[in-house]
Amino acid sequence: MKLTNSKRLERLQDRYMNGGVSRRTFLTLTAAAAAAAGLDMPWMRQALAAVEQVRFDGWGGTVQDAIDKYAFQPYTAKTKIKVVQGTFGDEDEIITKIKTAKPGDYQVIHSSGVNYYIKYVNGGLTSEINEANIPNMVNVLQPMIEPFRKLTPKLSAVPYDYGTTGIAYNTKVISPEEAKQKGAALLLDKKYAGKVGGYDDMTTRVWYAALATGQDPNNIKDMDAIWAKVRETRDLAKKFWSSGAELMDLLSKGEIVVTDAWSGRVAALQDQGHPIGYLDPAGSYAWMEDMLILKGSPMAECEELINFMLDPATSIAVAEGQSYPPSLDPTKVKLTEKIEKLPAFDKTGTMKTLTFADPVYWATNEDAWTKQWNRISKGA
Amino acid sequence: MERRWTLYDPRLAWMLVAPVLLLLIFFLVLPIAVMAAYTFFTFVTAGVETSALTTANWHEFFTDSYYSGFLLKTLRVGAITALLCGVLGYFPAYFIWATTFKHKWLLLLLLIVPFWISFTIRTFSWINILGEQGVINVALPKLGIINEPLPMLYNEGAVILGMLHFLLPYMILNVYVSLEGIDRTLISAARSMGCTSAQAFREVTLPLSLPGLAAGLLLCFVLAAGSYVTPQLLGSGRDALFGNLIYDTIMGELNWPMGATLSIVLFVVLGFFAAIYTRYMGMSQIVKGLAG
Repeated sequence: MKLTNSKRLERLQDRYMNGGVSRRTFLTLTAAAAAAAGLDMPWMRQALAAVEQVRFDGWGGTVQDAIDKYAFQPYTAKTKIKVVQGTFGDEDEIITKIKTAKPGDYQVIHSSGVNYYIKYVNGGLTSEINEANIPNMVNVLQPMIEPFRKLTPKLSAVPYDYGTTGIAYNTKVISPEEAKQKGAALLLDKKYAGKVGGYDDMTTRVWYAALATGQDPNNIKDMDAIWAKVRETRDLAKKFWSSGAELMDLLSKGEIVVTDAWSGRVAALQDQGHPIGYLDPAGSYAWMEDMLILKGSPMAECEELINFMLDPATSIAVAEGQSYPPSLDPTKVKLTEKIEKLPAFDKTGTMKTLTFADPVYWATNEDAWTKQWNRISKGA
Repeated sequence: MERRWTLYDPRLAWMLVAPVLLLLIFFLVLPIAVMAAYTFFTFVTAGVETSALTTANWHEFFTDSYYSGFLLKTLRVGAITALLCGVLGYFPAYFIWATTFKHKWLLLLLLIVPFWISFTIRTFSWINILGEQGVINVALPKLGIINEPLPMLYNEGAVILGMLHFLLPYMILNVYVSLEGIDRTLISAARSMGCTSAQAFREVTLPLSLPGLAAGLLLCFVLAAGSYVTPQLLGSGRDALFGNLIYDTIMGELNWPMGATLSIVLFVVLGFFAAIYTRYMGMSQIVKGLAG
């Protein structure tokens, strides 16, 4: 896509407004552009054609492979803008890196929904998206957008996919009937002591402990009971995994036979022929992921990229590749049979069948609970 | 008398050492100073802190036994690892030094070969050896030696084994370099005066190689006690070391002031051990061991 000078100037202004370029650089480039009306020197073209790549950081593995193959590569072919990619195993890890970098070093993050969105907002890391530049947002599920808009009326992120953290089990050891009957209690079954796994993450641990103690994960009354259950799971666990790749490794090598697990990663294992079953027990932890544009990013290019990613054809291809349902509203966009069969898929478009974490409630308790979980995970 | 430059002129020495000094100041002393300042900052919420000065982080460290417990455990694991490295590393070093094999360089090359592979991959390789589906647990049941897989992974033993794998070459090289510095005529003299081989080793070789062994022990201890990746990959949560605590505080809780406090604590404690060591062993002995 060839950009006009006026379009470039608009983008330059957006970058300036978002802190991506200094006032001095902005004025210099604007002056150069103004002079270009009469004098078209080669160095001025170079100054104006600054954005040739966008930086993206995601979860790696099968998820990012799908995004790269079905979204980034076609996007680069179409626009000549390269998408430089990085990965992380834990989103706190990338937040730390962003904090130590200068605005614009990191640009688009495949973020873990509203719970993490708050952290970016609190840290002053968010941008303001011009939604007019992302026309494909019209197809995005409104129930997924609303929680973000409650936190920042001007969005910095666009929901992209969703999934659940349900129970994965080795079908050679645990039958589907047993799994269905025991549900989340499988994680506390002494029969599988030393063969239990779990995500090394406070939210997941507390969520499943809440289900085990019969409490509402979004309104926990008895935290002592929660920590007791968390310790119980810890004592039965062989290993708490910290990335999707580690989860897949532990399950496929038989190191663990039951764990809470990300639905898409389990689907990928099943596609590879591993004997792994998956179920979402009542109240299973549902989450959404979004494409978040950080402060200081080249906004127009990032918005253009996200719009491309939300194009129904692209979004559906990515969803099939990463095994997570897209954020597209199934009442507006015809989705494929494969997507409709994915775990967690909500055909109504209301998302009422899924239980998401209340972002404000969890954000209020996040610091204290994370600290406590870190201690318990180390034997305290 | 006109003052002229000489080979060992102090001005020349300062000029030569200045670039390194500047590098050390900007990339070691200054970052540590910034980190030390951070320990007095106030944590607000995950990822947010203010420069309002407080001693809360230090108060928490000194009053919460969770931290001191982990510090002691880390020192214990570091000491065990260093001692095992010393015991297991001395013999290969002695063998390489004493052998009359024509291509001794090949043996030294074998020591360096593991460094050609990423440290993380080398650590991961133990999962394929010690795991439930690893070489040992697959082979032994087939040979009828065991019925159930041995729990060899995700425990303290696996962590120490992983660190031994990583640190042994450092120990062997240190001891070897020290042995190479021994004048072999001293051993011949001891033998000619009636010493047996064992006595010559005990009275001459071993004492003269101690600086290398000491340098290796210090290096292995410091590296083991500061280790983070190995406990993360080969241990369970309970096998975490102080480095993992720092990681969790900074990367998991996004609490930089407390993370900085823990980092400074580890830095000071390991520095303290190095200082004590230097006081009684003498830094010159250690440097000699490292340099040969």
